[in-house]
Amino acid sequence: MGRKLLLDKAHIEGIRYYDVYRKNGGYAAAEKALKSMSPDQVTEEVKKSGMRGRGGAGFPTGMKWSFLAKPEGVPRYLVCNADESEPGTFKDRYLMEFLPHLLIEGLLISSYALGANTTYIYIRGEYAWIPDILEEAIAEAHKNGFLGKNILGTGFDLEIYVQRGAGAYICGEETALIESLEGKRGLPRIKPPFPAVKGLYQCPTVVNNVETLAAIVPIINIGGDEYVKYGIGKSSGTKLISACGNINKPGVYEIEMNISVEEFIYSDEYCGGIPNGKRLKACIPGGSSVPIVPANLLLTTAKGEKRMMTYESLNDGGFATGTMMGSGGFIVLDEDQCVVRHTLSLARFYHHESCGQCSPCREGTGWMEKVLKNIEHGKGKMSDIDLLWDIQRKIEGNTICPLGDAAAWPVAAAIRHFRDEFEWHVLNPDEAQRRNFGLVHYADPLPVAAAV
Amino acid sequence: MAVQFSEEKLNKVNEIIARYPAGKQKSALIPVLHLAQESFGGWLSADTMDYVAGLLQIEPIEVYEVATFYSMFNLQPVGKYLFEVCQTGPCMLRGSDDIIHYIKEKLGIKIGETTPDGLFTLKTVECLGACGYAPMMQLGKFFKEHLTKEKVDQIIADCRAQANN
Repeated sequence: MGRKLLLDKAHIEGIRYYDVYRKNGGYAAAEKALKSMSPDQVTEEVKKSGMRGRGGAGFPTGMKWSFLAKPEGVPRYLVCNADESEPGTFKDRYLMEFLPHLLIEGLLISSYALGANTTYIYIRGEYAWIPDILEEAIAEAHKNGFLGKNILGTGFDLEIYVQRGAGAYICGEETALIESLEGKRGLPRIKPPFPAVKGLYQCPTVVNNVETLAAIVPIINIGGDEYVKYGIGKSSGTKLISACGNINKPGVYEIEMNISVEEFIYSDEYCGGIPNGKRLKACIPGGSSVPIVPANLLLTTAKGEKRMMTYESLNDGGFATGTMMGSGGFIVLDEDQCVVRHTLSLARFYHHESCGQCSPCREGTGWMEKVLKNIEHGKGKMSDIDLLWDIQRKIEGNTICPLGDAAAWPVAAAIRHFRDEFEWHVLNPDEAQRRNFGLVHYADPLPVAAAV
Repeated sequence: MAVQFSEEKLNKVNEIIARYPAGKQKSALIPVLHLAQESFGGWLSADTMDYVAGLLQIEPIEVYEVATFYSMFNLQPVGKYLFEVCQTGPCMLRGSDDIIHYIKEKLGIKIGETTPDGLFTLKTVECLGACGYAPMMQLGKFFKEHLTKEKVDQIIADCRAQANN
């Protein structure tokens, strides 16, 4: 069994409630931090842990905190990003539903470190029942002196509020989230200024993902030096992976970042293999935005090494032969799945979710959807494949926020690795309506295509 | 019928406004729109939006801007039970297309339509964050997960029974 830091107590009955959480060592990290550490010492500990933001970008959290501007007399804010909307990702939901106090304890320690006295949890609107769970937990924490005025007699005050969004993927982008929290459309801001300088209400703000903030608790409990001993190298600690698609045991798993992708998919501890004896065709290991990779490149890197569940190993080979850890939304496709159809579904998603601010994304996502629809429905031309490639190239890097890149990468990777499947759709329009292309060479062992 | 929150809901509105710094009451807009949608028939009419603008002391256009941006706000009347079925990648891999097709047939409506009795509206939505429990749909406040044709039958029967009571 892999070691756990976040979900180690998730099986305890009633852990959702304060009394049980407290009896099982809850709020010990908060006591330790507030009573025996200075805010800067907490930040140092987080830096030492090397923990990388768990929302998707993987930026070191301690470093992000150290960028926070601290002008005199200006309030600072911590905002918890619980907008979780990346297709394939549902890990934060699990934490909030089953371990709300872990998040609140993490928020308390983080707010203390950052000097924030008001903290907002911005949760996606569709998780309509979860604010009740969080607000109940917040009330319990209040009653027991872990929120409110003069917490633990330290003079530190904190209020946590839950704000629901209303259905917009873009609000997971931190500046769009801030706009939404201010009661506006979720249109990302041009950076700089970064939120660390001018964020919520133009005040210095840190926006962190739910899992990131929850992981602060074990970091303080065991110390940054000990945390680094989990995982491999710069992929320190544990990561929640939400596994879905064609696997026997979909769900949320906490992994120590030292296991192989193969083990994650096939071992009974995790995904439990692929149903009905089907073979693995492809996988999107980090949420729908990250590049899809065929089975041969998923299990082994282009260099022939075993691919591991770490930031570095998943990224090995760059976009030519690798992919990304992203948010940990692990989507598995078996041999019956059609890559063209799947890519169309994602292109439709990004078209729907584009905020419309930047024309490359607003128009480009729509074109990609239309062209893919034609190919999928037997009306495609060979030149459409190059047209798709051209459109995605013109979106990537040309937009205010990363949604443009996120929309471009899945299409690019699908063409890069599965071009023959696209061509087959164009050449056999009738047959493509009736059956899938299948596996062909995708699940073959290496050799692997040369880098583009 | 004039749009007006009950006293209890007005208290809730004030409680929400108090979460934000003085002068930043616009931050309460999305939560208050949720409350309004729940209270006034599951959708936001222009009158409702104007009423919310008045409550928050902002311009009506500021409310329209937000209401038209977010997909959870309905700007047209919907049925008593709104089926929002996810159709994005991970759900598609687990057969969401079949579920959508089945609901269409069973209710005799197309996507975006409401049954003549005003009970059901079918909508397709993009990823709701239940990919591991696919196929799924949102019904009111909660998710209905691991959908099968039998489960859909049951959900529809339950809604009908509830509506008749």
